[in-house]
Amino acid sequence: MAEPTTVSISTGLAERIRKHGAETYPHECCGALLGRDPDSGGGKRLREVLDCLPLANRREDSPNNRFSIAPLDVIEADRVAQARGIELIGWYHSHPDHPAKPSEYDRNHAWPWFSYIIVSVRAGVPEEMTSWRLNDDRSAYAQETVEIHSEATAQS
Amino acid sequence: MSVKVMIPTPLRPHAGGKADAEFQAKTVAEALAHLTAQYADLRKHLFTDDGSLRSFINVYVNGEDIRYLAQENTPTKDGDTIKIIPSIAGGGAACPAKRHSVGKPLRS
Repeated sequence: MAEPTTVSISTGLAERIRKHGAETYPHECCGALLGRDPDSGGGKRLREVLDCLPLANRREDSPNNRFSIAPLDVIEADRVAQARGIELIGWYHSHPDHPAKPSEYDRNHAWPWFSYIIVSVRAGVPEEMTSWRLNDDRSAYAQETVEIHSEATAQS
Repeated sequence: MSVKVMIPTPLRPHAGGKADAEFQAKTVAEALAHLTAQYADLRKHLFTDDGSLRSFINVYVNGEDIRYLAQENTPTKDGDTIKIIPSIAGGGAACPAKRHSVGKPLRS
């Protein structure tokens, strides 16, 4: 079910996610990814991120290495997506001073179907950005291809 | 007494692709029982082996968290909407890292 996916995002939105990670450093940032997930009928899937919604990290006990999004923020992100006629397709968060690779904690708390973008922030400077997706049977957390395109080629 | 249950996107593949389903139910527990009877695959995602609602599942009735109502015994009435909301969480380091003071990033 979880065939290889490419996540398409504009340079502007990718920069907003990086900037959010830099702003909240040394704490983790988090937010919602809004966009489209066209059903390609089994071929290559191209997910388009059309907007991102910065959200508050509710993990006040350990915000430098954990993030949590309040259920009401999840509901609000879904509402915003529906109001725009698009979907809530995933989430992003930063890894301060840690690679842009999912931790075991990330994997254990991930949901299938959603794309999870991770941006590494080293000493306050955003670096690598990756995206991951959990298989439906939770057997693997597969890396997705992140395709960053210029604003001019963004589809609305 | 028809209650609408909204199914979150990650669980829709286990519910025939449906975004919602309607049942006759007097409580949240009844509605979820109908839901998992109709879509058996959903059960393991919503409930633990001993039948408790999983901790990373949040259930809201008309915008109210059932944890602050009567949990799964929360009564429902005709026209109510039950939303199943996944908890979204994660984090980088495997072990809790040393706390830094806010606004003072470490620089080498």
